[in-house]
Amino acid sequence: MTELSAHLPQFQHGQLTENFPDNHLSNTNDNSERRRHDTSERRRNDNPESETNGQPQNNIQQVVEQDEEEDEELTLKYGAKHVIMLFVPVTLCMVVVVATIKSVSFYTRKDGQLIYTPFTEETETVGQRALNSILNAAIMISVIIVMTILLVVLYKYRCYKVIHGWLIISSLLLLFFFSFIYLGEVFKTYNVAMDYITVALMIWNFGVVGMICIHWKGPLRLQQAYLIMISALMALVFIKYLPEWTAWLILAVISVYDLVAVLCPKGPLRMLVETAQERNETLFPALIYSSTMLWLVNMAEVDPEAQRKAPKNSTYDKQAPANQAQNEEAEADDGGFSQEWQQQRDNRIGPIESTPESRAAVQALPSNSQTSEDPEERGVKLGLGDFIFYSVLVGKASATASGDWNTTLACFVAILIGLCLTLLLLAIFKKALPALPISITFGLVFYFATDNLVQPFMDQLAFHQFYI
Amino acid sequence: AFFWLVSLLLSSLIWFIAVKATDPRDEPLQKGLLIFGVMFSVLLQETFRFLYYKLLRKAIEGLVALSEDGCSPISIQQMAYVAGLGFGLMSGAFSMINLLADALGPGTVGIHGDSQLYFLTSAFMTMVLIFLHTFWGILFFHGCEHRRWWEITAVVAMHLAVSGSTFCNPLYVGSLVPSYLLMAAAAAWAYLLSGGSAQNLRRFLLCKS
Repeated sequence: MTELSAHLPQFQHGQLTENFPDNHLSNTNDNSERRRHDTSERRRNDNPESETNGQPQNNIQQVVEQDEEEDEELTLKYGAKHVIMLFVPVTLCMVVVVATIKSVSFYTRKDGQLIYTPFTEETETVGQRALNSILNAAIMISVIIVMTILLVVLYKYRCYKVIHGWLIISSLLLLFFFSFIYLGEVFKTYNVAMDYITVALMIWNFGVVGMICIHWKGPLRLQQAYLIMISALMALVFIKYLPEWTAWLILAVISVYDLVAVLCPKGPLRMLVETAQERNETLFPALIYSSTMLWLVNMAEVDPEAQRKAPKNSTYDKQAPANQAQNEEAEADDGGFSQEWQQQRDNRIGPIESTPESRAAVQALPSNSQTSEDPEERGVKLGLGDFIFYSVLVGKASATASGDWNTTLACFVAILIGLCLTLLLLAIFKKALPALPISITFGLVFYFATDNLVQPFMDQLAFHQFYI
Repeated sequence: AFFWLVSLLLSSLIWFIAVKATDPRDEPLQKGLLIFGVMFSVLLQETFRFLYYKLLRKAIEGLVALSEDGCSPISIQQMAYVAGLGFGLMSGAFSMINLLADALGPGTVGIHGDSQLYFLTSAFMTMVLIFLHTFWGILFFHGCEHRRWWEITAVVAMHLAVSGSTFCNPLYVGSLVPSYLLMAAAAAWAYLLSGGSAQNLRRFLLCKS
């Protein structure tokens, strides 16, 4: 990217949420923020979603209590499975990012900065550099906050078409433009001669299939693969265009913001979630990575995330059917899909096709409302922004650390352990949780500690060939 | 793996402080400090293994309480194995990965007069350490379970011995041979503790049912 005014990368902000069967509102809301920059405008897409389990206002008090205990058991039992289901994509994304950073030098070359971080870090004094990076981080964070609020406002006033259009344009950008650049750089690194026609064909196919998979229907694995790829692309762009200290500061501030936005009562993400729940809709599933597909014919409520929307950052458990017949709730709109499309999909729920489409069951099947509750079918969702920021941390660690692989490995383990802890908290608290803070904190601590403390130690040990 | 990492972090913090507080040009002192760092790190690793055991104990109690039939889905022996493996893999990864990355690049081993077998011996040493950590995990947890303190002290002593033997590198016979012998002993011990016996082994090798 040569122009600074080029498209801005999107990033998403995510949270972790979980759904429990006794919570019949299986509308899972994901919180995600997406920032996209079109040539002339900046937009920010924020989709907070959270699922709340165990809502206090349930009318099913005593009957459900036993269910709740069983659910807790089940949850903890399948908690390990959920953790593994999230480990694999997070690991894959990080592996892709690290592999690219190590081999393609384009992403470690300094070619300017984004327009969101106007202050340079090539200054004479340390104090100046610190000040510049603080200002950069402040600008970035304020852009994020503005975008989040804009998204909340759009959502509140039901401008679904705008949001949907925004999401489509941003995924177009990612799938075509950024992957074109990536492919070009990989070819340059390996000195592969390639003609424009072949490249055009490849990128076209890649992009179109990606758009279909993410926004519409497609095999689950393919959708997951695409989500991982676009997260990796986004993370690479961040790694390239954010200067050092700015990047670390932004990571730190983002996790604080995530914490605040999701947990504070007046936080924008939380408001978005609550609004979505009042309307019984799912928030934009476009920005969520979902790990399972629900093959439920008679589902009272299905995880809406399974839809083709671009994944966001938020995680939550998908629950298979709810116990209550949710006849009243039409599927929340899919951010712009027309009602007819919704009806069609609802009617098609009978013969379930191989898509993770899961939302429409309730209205379409009033008579046979046997909801087969299958706890095995529960999936987990993580917002794409979480993927992106984890990968940014690990990528930056591998790009700029003196300890090199040791630091990368340490950050990787730290992030995974943070994710484990977050999922554990999710199982305990049963509500939407931010996925960034714990992992990013661990990651940052381990990065700086390993780079400065462990690295000289291991170096000396290796030099003398001592083993600990 | 995480616990091993944290122990490594703390021990390198101590070493770092010690180094910064002393004269960097004093070679024997630096080497002495390094040796001190190694020993301290070994003790810290074993401490963290113990802490991890405590954590897993609590987790097992929780799982048992929640399970339907009163027994946890994963036994303490399995956890011991996994814990030891995690420790070993992390320790091995940290020891070897920079070496491997450098081995991919151009260079000549030992061109400045050091041993030419550097990579080979590093690989073997790392392997033996990974195995040892796994076996030590089993032995340690078994000792904690049955309150046999001598088993725990044996594990710590073995760890110290193995690390200490690496101090005579590059005299590799002094480090590799004892380490492998200790590994064989630990393997046999762990096998017996996990319920194996000579009979089991014979049946397995002869593919009897």
